[in-house]
Amino acid sequence: MEPTVSFVLNGKPVSVASPRDRMLVWVLRDELGLTGTKVGCEAGLCGACTVIVDSEAVPSCSTTLGDVAGKAVLTIEGLALDGKLNPVQEAFREHHAFQCGYCTSGMIMAAWAFLKKKPKATRSEIVEAMEGNLCRCGAHVRILDAVESAGQAMGGAR
Amino acid sequence: MRRRDFLQGVAAGAVTFLFTIPAGSAPIVPTRPGAYPEDFNAFLKISADGRVGCFVGKVELGQGAMTVLAMLVAEELELDPAKVDMVLGDTDLCPWDLPTGGSLTMWHTAPVLRGAAAEARAVLLGMASNSLNAPVADLALKDGAIWVKTAPARRTTFGELVKGRKLERHLGKVKPKPLSDCTLIGRRVPRKDALAKVTGAAKYAGDLRLPGTLHACILRPPAQGQTLVAADTSAAERVPGVRIVRDGSLLAVLHPQPDTARKALALVKGTFEGPEPDVDDARIYQYLVDKAAPGQRVMISRGDVAAGEKRAATVVEGEYRNAYESHATLEPHASVAKWEGGRMTVWSSTQSPFVFRDSVAEALKLPPDKVHIIAQFVGGGFGGKLVGLDAVEAARIARQVPGVPIQVAWNREEDFFLDGYRPAAVVKIRSGLDAGRGAITFWDSTVAGVSQGEAELAYDMQSNRYQAPAVPNLHPLKVGAWRAPNAHTNAFARESQLDALAAKAGLDPVTLRRRLITDGRLLSLLDLAVETFGWEPAPGPTGRGIGLACGAWRQGLVVAIAQVSVDKATGKVKTERVLEAVDVGLVVNPDGARQQVEGAITQCIGQALSEEIRFKGGRILDKNFDTYLLPRFSAIPRIQVVFPETSTAVTQGIGEPPVVPVAAALANAVFDATGARVTHVPFTPERVLEALKHAPAR
Repeated sequence: MEPTVSFVLNGKPVSVASPRDRMLVWVLRDELGLTGTKVGCEAGLCGACTVIVDSEAVPSCSTTLGDVAGKAVLTIEGLALDGKLNPVQEAFREHHAFQCGYCTSGMIMAAWAFLKKKPKATRSEIVEAMEGNLCRCGAHVRILDAVESAGQAMGGAR
Repeated sequence: MRRRDFLQGVAAGAVTFLFTIPAGSAPIVPTRPGAYPEDFNAFLKISADGRVGCFVGKVELGQGAMTVLAMLVAEELELDPAKVDMVLGDTDLCPWDLPTGGSLTMWHTAPVLRGAAAEARAVLLGMASNSLNAPVADLALKDGAIWVKTAPARRTTFGELVKGRKLERHLGKVKPKPLSDCTLIGRRVPRKDALAKVTGAAKYAGDLRLPGTLHACILRPPAQGQTLVAADTSAAERVPGVRIVRDGSLLAVLHPQPDTARKALALVKGTFEGPEPDVDDARIYQYLVDKAAPGQRVMISRGDVAAGEKRAATVVEGEYRNAYESHATLEPHASVAKWEGGRMTVWSSTQSPFVFRDSVAEALKLPPDKVHIIAQFVGGGFGGKLVGLDAVEAARIARQVPGVPIQVAWNREEDFFLDGYRPAAVVKIRSGLDAGRGAITFWDSTVAGVSQGEAELAYDMQSNRYQAPAVPNLHPLKVGAWRAPNAHTNAFARESQLDALAAKAGLDPVTLRRRLITDGRLLSLLDLAVETFGWEPAPGPTGRGIGLACGAWRQGLVVAIAQVSVDKATGKVKTERVLEAVDVGLVVNPDGARQQVEGAITQCIGQALSEEIRFKGGRILDKNFDTYLLPRFSAIPRIQVVFPETSTAVTQGIGEPPVVPVAAALANAVFDATGARVTHVPFTPERVLEALKHAPAR
C-alpha cells in the first residue's frame, strides 16, 4: 500500500494513495476522475494540462504528486463557483475562444493565473503569458480577446 | 436579392412519421451506406417534453457542425437552437453519412437535414390542424407550440401532438422556409458546445473512464513499415497488474493506470524487421521526382503548349516544394473498445464513424452491424482522423479480453509517427505571357507528390498541361488528406508562379490577375479584398511586404492578402497582417464561418513558416512540439475576414477553402518585402536566408 499524499484540490482536502513521483495529470485524471485537464505532449510543451498550484500555472504532466503535497491545486473543474462561471470561462464562452476545445482548459487556467496577478495587462503581456499554450485550431485571436476582456471584467479596465 | 436559395431541401416524397421512440431502442430506419434515408424520422425525434433530438452521422471536430446543424433544424421548427439536442456520429443511432471532412457538411448534409426539418414542420402543422380543428393557414408555430392565430387559447405543443401516437403521412417534397422568413440563418448563435468546453466537462475519447478499463500501450517499431518479429516481455510482466496481449504483430501492455502501462511498455524489448527506404527529408524531393518520372501522365491538357511557348514574350520557370506536414491535432488519437455480447463498441476520436465501423469490422472479420462506433468530442481533425488505426488497435485488443474496456490513447510521439502526413511535393512550372502582358500563352506543370486537385483556377490560359505520376506507393512515408488536400500545394505553385510572371513583366499582381480572371465572382472577390485591405498595388518588389494569392475549393473562392516583415540578418519572417475575402455562398452561421477562416489563416502560418516532418529512412525525427513547431501566440498577425454581401453560389463548406492560398500569399509577401522568392514550404529562416542570397540586388 502506498503512503498517501495530501493536498487541497479545488478548495477541498484530498488524500491520494499513489507514488509521490507519479505525474499530477495522471493522478487528477485517473485517481480523482477530473478529466477536464488534458494530456497533449507529456513534456511541458503544449500547456493542455495546465493547472494552478498555489498561485502558479504549471504543466501537470511535468509536476509530480509529491510536488503538490500540502499545496492548493486548482483545476478547470474548480473554477466555476456555485454554478457561476469564472470571468475567464465567461469570456471564453462569449468570444467563442475555442474550436475543438482540447486546449481550452489549459488556456483558461493559464489566463486565470496570469490575470489574478495582473488584470491590467497589455496585449503583448497577455501574448507573453500565453506563449506556452498551444492551440491547433487557430483560436488565438479570440483567446487573446477573451483574456483581455476577462481582465477588464475583473476590474482591470485600462 | 440575387442569392440562389442555398440548401434546397431534398427530402423524399413518401413519408412515414413514426412517433414514440423509447430511449435506447434500435434505430427506426436502418442505415443504408451510401445514401441518406428517405424518412426524415431518421434525423429527427421529438420527445414528450417537446425537445427535438437531431441525429446526424457527422461529428464535432471544433468546426461548429453541432451548432450550425441545430440552427437549420431550429429555423424550420421555429425553436431556440438550445432546444435541439444533437446526437452526432453514433453509428447505431444516426443515419449513414460521409466523413466530417472535405467541407461536405454544409454542401452535402445540410440540405438533406433542412429538407427533413421542413417536412417535420409540415407534418406537425397537419397534425395540429386536425387536433385544433383549424386550417393550417390559420395556425402559428413558435417555441414548440402551435396555436390558432385568432384564438391563442386553442393551442397544442409538439410534445402533446406526438405523445403516444403513431401515424403515417405522405406529404411529398416540402419546401423549406424562404430565406426572407428566416430568423436564425445569417445570425450569430451561441455555440452549443461552449459550456461543456469552458468547464472541462466535454468528454473526449481519452476522458472516458468506464469501470474496469485497462489502458493499452502498443509496442512500436523504430521505423515506419517495419513489423514485430520477436519480443521479450519478461521484465514488463514483472510489473504488478500488467497484462500482455498479442495479436499477430500487435503487442500491447495493459494496465489499469495509463502511466504505468506506458512505463511497463518501455521494459519490452522488441525485434523488428522490414526494409527502410534510403531517403531523408533533404533528399525527398529528388527521390519523388526520380520515382515519378517514368510514371508521369498528362492529367490536364488544354490547347497547344508548344505553340503557346512560341508566342510567349515573358517566360518564367519555377520549382516549388513542400515538406511533409503533420496534422498534429492537440488531442492525440484515442479510442476505447469493448467486446461484449458478440458486439464491438468503440468510443473514438474520429472524423469518420462509418468508415471506422467498416474498418473495425473488416479487421475483426465481423459483419458491420456487429460494430458500434460512438464518436466523442474530437480534439481537432484536419484530415488526420479519417482513418481508424487507433480504433482498430483498441478493438483487436478488446476482442481478446471480453467485457473489459480497452483504452488506446497514443502519446505525442506515436501521434507524429503514425500520422498520414500532408504529402511532400515538387511542382515544376514553365509558363509565359504574351507581349501585351494580358494573356498566358502556355502553362506547363510537372508534378511529383500530389495530384491535380484545384490546380486550375478561373484564369484565362491559352494552353495548359498538368502532368502527375501514376506510381503506386510513391511516398516513402505514410501520407493522407490534410485539410484541402492537393489544393494548397497546387495553389502555392500556381500563385507564386503568377507573382513571378507579374514581376518579370513589370506588372503588379492585382493588375495581372484582373486581366486573367474569367469568373465574375472571383473578380469581385479580388476587388473586395484589395479595397478592404486598403492596398494600392505596384509592381514588386516594393519593399512593403504585401502579397496576394487566390484559391478555390470546389465552388468556395478565397482571395488572401498578407503583409510580412523579414529580418534579412536572421531570415525570420514575421506575419504582420492577413486578410481573406471568402465566397462560400450564403453564410448560415457567420461567426462559425469567421472562426474557420481565422483558424485556417493561423494554422497555415505554421504550414508556411515552420512545420516540417524531419525523417531518415522510416524514422520520424520529430517526436514532440520542441522540434515540430506550431505557431504560438507571438506569431499571430492581425487577421481580417470579409464575406461578400451577396453571392450566386450554393452554400459551400468553409473548413477547407480558407486554407488554400495562405502560404502563397505569404511567399509573395516575402518577395515584395525583399525581392527574394521563397519556393520551399515551410520557408524557415534558413531557407529565407538561402533565397536572399539569390535575390537580385536592389
